[in-house]
Amino acid sequence: MPATLAKSGGLFLAMIIALFGMAQAQDTAFAVHMGIMALAALIAALAVMKGADVAGQMGHDESVYDDAPVRWGVIATTFWGVVGLAAGLFIALQLAYPVLNLGLEYTSFGRLRPLHTSAVIFAFGGNALLCTSFFVVQRTCRARLAFPGMARFVFWGYQLFIVLAATGYLLGVTEAKEYAEPEWYVDLWLTVVWVAYLIVFGGTIIKRREPHIYVANWFYLAFIITVAMLHIVNNLSLPVSLAGSKSYSAFAGVQDALTQWWYGHNAVGFFLTAGFLAMMYYFVPKQAERPVYSYRLSIIHFWSLIFLYIWAGPHHLHYTSLPDWAQSLGMVFSVMLWMPSWGGMINGLMTLNGAWEKIRTDPIIRMMVLALAFYGMSTFEGPMMSIKSVNSLSHYTDWTIGHVHSGALGWNGMITFACMYYLAPRLWNRQRLYSLRLINAHFWLATAGIVFYTASMWVAGLTQGLMWREYGADGYLVNSFAETVAAIRPMFLLRAFGGGLYLAGALVFAWNIAMTIAGRIRAEKPMTETPYNPAADRPLPAGNLQPAE
Amino acid sequence: MTDHNKRVDEATGTNLVGHEWDGIEELDTPLPRWWVYIFAATVVFAAGYVVAYPSFPDVGGTTGWSSRGELDDALKAQTAARAPVVSAIAATPIEQLAANPGLMRSAIEGGRAAFKVNCVQCHGSGAAGSKGYPNLNDDDWLWGGDIAAIQYTLQHGIRSPGSEEARFSQMPAFADILSRGQINAIVSHVRAISGQGKPSATGAQLFAENCASCHGPEGKGMREQGAPNLTDGIWLYGGDRASLTQTIAKARYGVMPHWAGRLDDATVKMLAAYVHSLGGGEANPAPAAPVTADAATGEANVGS
Repeated sequence: MPATLAKSGGLFLAMIIALFGMAQAQDTAFAVHMGIMALAALIAALAVMKGADVAGQMGHDESVYDDAPVRWGVIATTFWGVVGLAAGLFIALQLAYPVLNLGLEYTSFGRLRPLHTSAVIFAFGGNALLCTSFFVVQRTCRARLAFPGMARFVFWGYQLFIVLAATGYLLGVTEAKEYAEPEWYVDLWLTVVWVAYLIVFGGTIIKRREPHIYVANWFYLAFIITVAMLHIVNNLSLPVSLAGSKSYSAFAGVQDALTQWWYGHNAVGFFLTAGFLAMMYYFVPKQAERPVYSYRLSIIHFWSLIFLYIWAGPHHLHYTSLPDWAQSLGMVFSVMLWMPSWGGMINGLMTLNGAWEKIRTDPIIRMMVLALAFYGMSTFEGPMMSIKSVNSLSHYTDWTIGHVHSGALGWNGMITFACMYYLAPRLWNRQRLYSLRLINAHFWLATAGIVFYTASMWVAGLTQGLMWREYGADGYLVNSFAETVAAIRPMFLLRAFGGGLYLAGALVFAWNIAMTIAGRIRAEKPMTETPYNPAADRPLPAGNLQPAE
Repeated sequence: MTDHNKRVDEATGTNLVGHEWDGIEELDTPLPRWWVYIFAATVVFAAGYVVAYPSFPDVGGTTGWSSRGELDDALKAQTAARAPVVSAIAATPIEQLAANPGLMRSAIEGGRAAFKVNCVQCHGSGAAGSKGYPNLNDDDWLWGGDIAAIQYTLQHGIRSPGSEEARFSQMPAFADILSRGQINAIVSHVRAISGQGKPSATGAQLFAENCASCHGPEGKGMREQGAPNLTDGIWLYGGDRASLTQTIAKARYGVMPHWAGRLDDATVKMLAAYVHSLGGGEANPAPAAPVTADAATGEANVGS
């Protein structure tokens, strides 16, 4: 009882501090955010007083895995996935039909675009990483999650971060750093949550019952530690007021730009690559029921990936005021990154050695193979685009958007969906998923969507790049910027169509997961039926030898 | 890696490493050769690249390449390629450009490119203008539509601060001079002469007293004052009652920047040629005009 009293008292104190911040706020956005913080503290305090299991101690049993945060994570991943993809479709339509900006600052493209990117990367992808890492680390360590109370704090604290970031974008709060837009106080909150995440994950590894640490956990650990470092350094800034939302970066000019892209590129490298490779390394061998292709390759490609990725950021600043020497190093490290990236693809695909027929029979495996194929394509395209002469054509064009989405929709999206399909029946003790045929429908909707999306953006990007540099016979540039926008508008429409297909697939996914959680099983024909002819299934009578042809 | 009891994976015939996590095992497959070779090749490429191209602070590469140098060379090459034509344009008096169709065509092309950089922000990429920014495709000119007049407007601007020779005029704000009813009457008259409403005798009287000195007794405008023709149905700020009332009561003060000093003379000349070619360009005025085919036939549009 005293513990409950102390906890709820502390939370009420936090609420009062937040309300004080709200009263002292220098701007509306800060007041709104402090109000949200106060509300979150109040909800947490009421939950504690009603006797909610905030410490995760109820029914504590070291012989059972602690899967409650994983279950919440699957639901959060599904929810934020649909939200983030819908936001993406909306801004794609805004580009084709500017009237959809609705004449309001809150719904303008500039504010909704970071809402989309953060929702899909950090809310959808981040929740997938959180819940799969909690699932995988327990099973591969054969140990119950360390610090269960902290694990619950990590989950709910991360959701609070998402809400603060999302509302901040709509209110116009931004550090103007791509993928690191939230302001200083939200950054500080995320830092607290992330350190708690590291403690839970690292603590579980330390109490493991296995002699060795499985490769998936190397990747998760690299992801958690590096993202902490990137987040802290890139967000070093000085608030204008302790009760205001505005801050100024600790870096200036090209140093700031380089710090930002060191962060931005490694957010791709360690969040979207290392973290999702960790998911791949557990769920692909489990679903395929095959051993990992090569232990040696996993060691070499892990360390080469980790070492090389961190230097590649300057390729985002080719042909800018960044000194040439830094651009060159960014380029060569990106080129050398090609094979280390492909190591993960090889290890994933070749794990199917001996089980290739599952691509036909198992729609989850098919989804994983598609994810790995897109991972391979975008990790080839990336080093290629980092080469200066290619970049001079591709940079600032929609080719970059196409490249990002072949990785994001193809790799991150599909591997996440596959993992969620794996997790849902196991976490809720269902006999199987609600429907395997719906996975198949999701697979084809998503695949068609990605093809429309990336192909239209490649065409749009090349069109833009070539039109920008086009010289006429008289030696003058031919096109104005507005003319290049008009030229790619049809591609904007195709892109939105592809995005719509992908979103439709995600809705099918959400329906399937929800029905599985509800315990329903769809009556449907199995995915494959091996033909069986009972008439032929018997020995031939004696003396009835069939004549040779 | 300690393999006391080597077990072999049946499907692939490869040894298993021996560890197992939650049922997942690992094969002891060697690194794929092609993977190792390509990885090594990218490392060799990188080593060569950092020698050939600038890759260390304040140290150039052996090729001497730099991104600034690359841009500089490209711009210089383009400038050099254009130089003969540009200097010919610079040396030709603007009234005589039309006499040399080849040179005129080059000037229009150069103007088209410069227009896309400097003018589209206000006049639009099709030069159709918008409210407050004139359409350059029609034959309605505030200050003159022959090529020399366009050049003068470009050079010195309109009401452009800092330009002594800018085209200048200022319509009074009649809210300080006339009553609301009187302004209404003038609005009615202006709408009547532009074919939009019934005539107003009071309005006509007030127009004659207050407006005709610049816009002319019939409202046909006066280029010396930059006073627009009010009868042609072409409006810079709108011809509806509300816009006209606003214009008469509060006046307008549209500004176009002067480009002399910001763009070189040849570019301004090319811009004049381009704008002149858009559809409404007028022939050179008779006294200054040399005898050319265009002037002789009185053809207005020399650019198309």
